[in-house]
Amino acid sequence: MAVSPLAPIKTDDPSNEEDIKPDRPWIVLVWNDPINLMSYVTMVFQKLFGYSLEKATALMLDVHQKGRAVVSSGPREKAEFDVSRLHAHGLWATMQHDV
Amino acid sequence: MSEAEPEYPEPRPRISRKGAGRFALEIPKEERLLLRNLLPDLGHMVETRDPDTKRLFPTAYHDDPDKEAEYQGLMANDLAAGRLAAIKTVEETIDQPEIELSQLECWMEAVNSLRLVLGTRLEVGEDLPLLDHDDPDAPAYAVYEYLGWLMEQAVRAMSEDLAQS
Repeated sequence: MAVSPLAPIKTDDPSNEEDIKPDRPWIVLVWNDPINLMSYVTMVFQKLFGYSLEKATALMLDVHQKGRAVVSSGPREKAEFDVSRLHAHGLWATMQHDV
Repeated sequence: MSEAEPEYPEPRPRISRKGAGRFALEIPKEERLLLRNLLPDLGHMVETRDPDTKRLFPTAYHDDPDKEAEYQGLMANDLAAGRLAAIKTVEETIDQPEIELSQLECWMEAVNSLRLVLGTRLEVGEDLPLLDHDDPDAPAYAVYEYLGWLMEQAVRAMSEDLAQS
């Protein structure tokens, strides 16, 4: 089938990014800060995400030593919910598309 | 012959786990007075969005101003209301001998918020400075360290509870 020269050309409009890839997951990052206690950050990861003490401690050490760690991921609504719970606990959390 | 080192007993914990979801509070009068002075100031700073409360309202989207504005529009008021409710719970329970889990959560949120605001104001880094006791910042650092000590006890009590449940 021939394509009419007047047919709209499909473009990669970045504003449509989310419509094209609705399933691209979001990741939630926690960033290092000098105020929150290490024991507190570990406990928050256990309490909010049900992580074991070992996993929560490893994530806390990643935040402390590498400056940040991915603590959860999923659809935008879930990521935003997790970020808001981390903010309520005084942690510096952000979310972005997984790359 | 030298005199024996004086013995300084470990201070009694202010917050400790008593049983499943039950926590003992033992805050001396002077410390209750300190907290009763700090908490209304924190509440006022949260209500007026004082710049030193910036760590209580972090950015969710680093690189997307539209989504960030949407997030703050949805969440910031809830976040402020939660903090004010936590402050109120601490003020209401500070003289009690015992609190339950949801109240301990409020204690942690309020004490941590005090540390976050004071730490922001003092611009603390990973290592605290060694100050002379006549340094004008010395009292604020002493309060900051006290709040950290109190916070450690709240975290320990809740971690013990998490481990048992």
